[in-house]
Amino acid sequence: MFELYIFLGLTLLGYISGSIIEKNHYKRIRKREAALLDLPTIALKKPLTDEGIEHVKLITGSVVISIDYFKKILAGLINFFGGNISAYETLIDRARREAILRMKESAKGASEIINIRIETTSISKNTKNVGAIEVIAYGTAIYR
Amino acid sequence: MLITNIEYIPNKEIIEHYGVVSGSTVRAKHVGRDLMAGLKNIVGGELAGYTELLQESRDEAMSRMKKQARSMGANAILNVRFSTSSISAGASELYVYGTAVKIKNV
Repeated sequence: MFELYIFLGLTLLGYISGSIIEKNHYKRIRKREAALLDLPTIALKKPLTDEGIEHVKLITGSVVISIDYFKKILAGLINFFGGNISAYETLIDRARREAILRMKESAKGASEIINIRIETTSISKNTKNVGAIEVIAYGTAIYR
Repeated sequence: MLITNIEYIPNKEIIEHYGVVSGSTVRAKHVGRDLMAGLKNIVGGELAGYTELLQESRDEAMSRMKKQARSMGANAILNVRFSTSSISAGASELYVYGTAVKIKNV
C-alpha cells in the first residue's frame, strides 16, 4: 500500500512540475525564436553567394532534457497498447528547438548559418526506457 | 585552425588534402551529477550538468582532432561531423571527424 502511495505521489508530482516546466520552456523558446528570426538558418551546403565572405566558423549548440515521471508512466502504457507517444514528441521538439536556438545565439554577428545538422541521442540508465535525450545542432556560420 | 562543416572555404583555395582526422572521448557519468539527474528524472526539465559535461567532452574530442590535423601540417578541417553513441548504460562516446586540408588565400 505504501508503495502505491509513493508511485501515485511521484506521478502527480511529475505531472504538475512537468507541465509547468514544459509550458515555461515553450514560452521562452517562442520568445527567443522571434528575437532570432533575422538570422537565416538553412540546410544548404553552400552559401547563396561567396561574395564578401570574410570568414567562416563551425558553431554548435547542445542540450540535455530529461523526461518526467508522469510521461514515463504514460509512455509505458502507450507502448503496451500502441499509438503515438505524444509525450515524447514534445520532449524531442523542445530539445531540438533549444539546441538550434543555442547554436544561433552563439553566432553573434553572423549573416547566415548554413548546412545545419541535428543529431539526437538518448541517454538512459538502462537500455529499456528513455531517461533523457541529448540534441546537438551544428552548422557553419558565415560572416560577411 | 579553420573548422567548418561545409565542403570548401569560401574565397580560399585548397592546395593539399591529408585525409580523415578524428577525435573521440568516452565519458562516464559523474556521481554527483547523476544524483541530480535522478531527481530531475521525476520532475522533468533540462539537465544542465549533463549538457555541460557533454559539451566539455565534445570540446576535448575536437581538440584531439585539431592536434592530429596540426601534426599533419594542415591548417583547416572541412566537412566536420559529430556523432554520439551510448556504449553502455553509464557511458557515451562522442566522436568527431573531418577532412584535414591545407588552404591558402586566392
